[in-house]
Amino acid sequence: MTLAGVAFYLLSAVAVLSALMVVSLRNPVHSVLFLILTFFSAAGLFVLLGAEFLAMLIVVVYVGAVAVLFLFVVMMLDVDFVELKQGFTRYLPLGLVVAVALLAQLVVVGGAWIERAGPDRAPLASVPGLTNTETLGRVLYTDYVLLFQLAGMVLLIAMIGAVVLTLRHRPGVRRQDVAVQVGRSRAKAVKLHDIRPGQGLG
Amino acid sequence: MIELAILFAPAFAAAVAGLFQKPLGDRLCMALTTGLVLLAAGLSLYVFADLTWGGGQDRVIAIAPFVDVAGFTSNWSIRIDTLSAVMLVVVTSVSALVHVYSIGYMAQDPHRARFFSFLSLFTFAMLALVTANDFLQMFFGWEGVGLASYLLIGFWYHKPSANDAAIKAFVTNRVGDVGFALGIMACYLAYGTIAFDKLFAAIAANPHAGFHFEFLRAMGIHAALNAPALEVIGVLLFIGAMGKSAQLFLHVWLPDAMEGPTPVSALIHAATMVTAGVFMVCRVSPIYELAPFAAGMITITGAATALFAATVGLAQNDIKRVVAYSTCSQLGYMFFAAGVGAYGVAMFHLFTHAFFKALLFLGAGSVIHGLHHEQDMRQMGAVRRAMPLTWAAMLIGTLALIGFGLPGTSIGFAGFFSKDAAIEAAYAAGASGRFGGQFAFWASIAAAFLTSFYSWRLLFMTFEGKFRGAAHGNGHGHEQVHGHNDHAAHAEAAHAPALAAGAAPAHESPLVMLLPLGVLAFGATFAGMAFAGLFVGAGAPGFWNGALALAHGEAAHGHHEVPVWVVWAPLVVTLVGFVLAFLIYGLRAGVGAWIAKATGPLNAFLVHKWYFDEIYHVVWVNGAKGLGDLLWKGGDKRLIDGLGPHGAVAAMRLGARNLRRAQTGYLYHYSFLMLLAVVAFGAFALWTTGRLGG
Amino acid sequence: MDIGLPHYLAVGAALFTIGVLGLFVNRKNVIILLMSIELVLLAVNINLVAFSAFLHDVAGQVFAMFVLTVAAAEAAVGLAILVTYFRNRGDIAVQDLNLMKG
Repeated sequence: MTLAGVAFYLLSAVAVLSALMVVSLRNPVHSVLFLILTFFSAAGLFVLLGAEFLAMLIVVVYVGAVAVLFLFVVMMLDVDFVELKQGFTRYLPLGLVVAVALLAQLVVVGGAWIERAGPDRAPLASVPGLTNTETLGRVLYTDYVLLFQLAGMVLLIAMIGAVVLTLRHRPGVRRQDVAVQVGRSRAKAVKLHDIRPGQGLG
Repeated sequence: MIELAILFAPAFAAAVAGLFQKPLGDRLCMALTTGLVLLAAGLSLYVFADLTWGGGQDRVIAIAPFVDVAGFTSNWSIRIDTLSAVMLVVVTSVSALVHVYSIGYMAQDPHRARFFSFLSLFTFAMLALVTANDFLQMFFGWEGVGLASYLLIGFWYHKPSANDAAIKAFVTNRVGDVGFALGIMACYLAYGTIAFDKLFAAIAANPHAGFHFEFLRAMGIHAALNAPALEVIGVLLFIGAMGKSAQLFLHVWLPDAMEGPTPVSALIHAATMVTAGVFMVCRVSPIYELAPFAAGMITITGAATALFAATVGLAQNDIKRVVAYSTCSQLGYMFFAAGVGAYGVAMFHLFTHAFFKALLFLGAGSVIHGLHHEQDMRQMGAVRRAMPLTWAAMLIGTLALIGFGLPGTSIGFAGFFSKDAAIEAAYAAGASGRFGGQFAFWASIAAAFLTSFYSWRLLFMTFEGKFRGAAHGNGHGHEQVHGHNDHAAHAEAAHAPALAAGAAPAHESPLVMLLPLGVLAFGATFAGMAFAGLFVGAGAPGFWNGALALAHGEAAHGHHEVPVWVVWAPLVVTLVGFVLAFLIYGLRAGVGAWIAKATGPLNAFLVHKWYFDEIYHVVWVNGAKGLGDLLWKGGDKRLIDGLGPHGAVAAMRLGARNLRRAQTGYLYHYSFLMLLAVVAFGAFALWTTGRLGG
Repeated sequence: MDIGLPHYLAVGAALFTIGVLGLFVNRKNVIILLMSIELVLLAVNINLVAFSAFLHDVAGQVFAMFVLTVAAAEAAVGLAILVTYFRNRGDIAVQDLNLMKG
């Protein structure tokens, strides 16, 4: 068995096992950590396939942003995690049945497809002579430029949506009002008093 | 032209008075209807005289085609022969007199215009019936008089009893009408025509036609496969006549019909409509001449009715009901006379009976009117002194009804000639072995005795003795209408000072009511003497001129051909009846009540009219109710509604309730279902592409 | 034995199934729900990249990128909704998410 074979089996085993942990652990913090592990393993699989750019993207986006966001939210919310996860086993048999059925279908479909496709060719994720990143870039900014822009819009809207959803006005919180600050004039802001000696401010 | 005027004058009057009663007003409506019916009566008399003495010919005046479909034709037409001419005279003259009488009788009623409109409508329908040239027009008139009868019985529609009586009359007549309609259809089936002339010709050509009931053969019954058509037709037609003419088993509506105003009783339920059955039997006499079984059925039924109704009349206390049962009984006389083949006698009795029974009814109405709508004879008495003219009219009517006259001479009241002729015809038929003749004879003798008894009882209880009612006319509940209150108050005020002890607080009726009484009394006295020779005597064949089948009847009622005791028997039993009635009701008060008490069960049996109403109620009314209940609750509500609309609703509700439970609102339920569907669709896709199991 | 397309597809199928299982076995925590969705999307990505590599078509990777984009956006919005929900209800148990009925 080649080194790549060993790496594949190792990485895929870790990915599957940690995914199982994600859905079965009681503590969401642990789940998030195992999710990160899954993503790392998937990134390794991508590297094996030659798709380095996507591997890096997974690490940066999922591990660096999404998983951290999850972690942040889990820790921010004051949830009693002990009572969570109860009743997990009650629905397990039914879920397993459906899941196995789904898996069986996937296997059948995939098997049929592979049968028809014939023998494998060697994996090749990039145009020969170019790096994976270069290959993607050439396609992404030419053929898929509109979709790329739309993806940017999706992210923008998601960001705005997230802000709008979580934004709230708390009474009693002092905020800076720029317009009011700029609109201040001397006449309104300053008041002069003549104070006679010995009498104080009336 | 004259005939058209006779027929359509009442129709025009009815339509105008009915549709324009508001703008024309009561007086104009009354004048119009009465005037036009009087005109019709005058023209009818002319037609009759012309036909009888003036050499007028039998004729059929075509008006318009009615139905002409696939070989079946029926025309509106007016058939004028002796039979219809007699009926024209009876109908229009009695109707005209009743119209005149009603002007007085209904003077206080707020709906006079409607009443007169209905009266004229009835007259038109009855004329259409008697002038019919085929069965369809006769059926039209038949139903038309039924409708008018319904409307007039229920004229005081705010009285529940009147409404009930109207419905009872209508429904009972429907029973007979089914038979009548079936009879007409049987005619068409057997002979292919319903026009009288063609039908009689066809019958003469083929008297032994039969019906083949194939369904009986299919059921395995081989006997009675071939029923003689004429017997079937005859029986079915007679069932129709039984309903209309209140013969036994279908008679129950007639006494209740007395809920209508008294002029209505006189016109419809004594003189004209109820005799339509007799007229119809006489009209189709060629059929019955060839259908001995059907004729025998008529004889038996008629005689039984005559006897039955007379027994019930003994015990009734309502003055109008006594007269109603007497009508029923006299109709029985007519029927058995027709049944034994003496159609001329039947028609003669119909003719005379119209006079004296209308007279009796109008007289009774006059008494009721004078006593402020008291109808119970136990509350009457001593009315003679207050109403001498009414008393005289009633006396003449009674004498005519019981058939008073001197046998062997040609002197007597109207009933004497016709009734005795009927009895003698029955005896002759019995002697010649005709089916039912013997029974009819003895039943009619007995009925004559009873008729005499209850007629005199009525007279004694009403006019003689001491007044037994409350002094202030407590009978307002009987025929009370809005306008009668002030009328009664005014009448009592007029009479109160003059009242002696035991005298009736009555007043003689106005001239407009007495005038018809006078005309009818004249007719009741002299109609028999004047017309006996024509109707049943030597002049009969020439008089009827083929309108009736007189083959058997002619020989049967010559006076000289029956034994002397048969001729005298009616008079003897009549006199016995009079003496008995005088002893019980005329001599001393209270004897009648004592006898009624002493004969408790028998009396109750008669008072309750042989319990016909009660039995019918149990059998038919409750039976129909039970069946209706069963079909309604079991069939309609439970089966049709239960499986249909309600079942659908219940199924939807149940489904919705269960479906609602599926909509839990839980996200994971929805997502689970979604995934389940994904799996299912995947499996389906694989199955159809043959990757799974195929 | 060489590592071929079927191996990668198998890994993708396994991850996908686990993600689906997590979606509805979970009854208590909405966050796990969101993570399961991320797992499902990752499985899709693995499939896309594997096909892309073995079929020598770079479009699969481009699509994997877009999926990634959408997944990130979805995670952001989903977590924002979660925060708002928790702020309103004080709980994030899936069992209590039953307002979606008439």
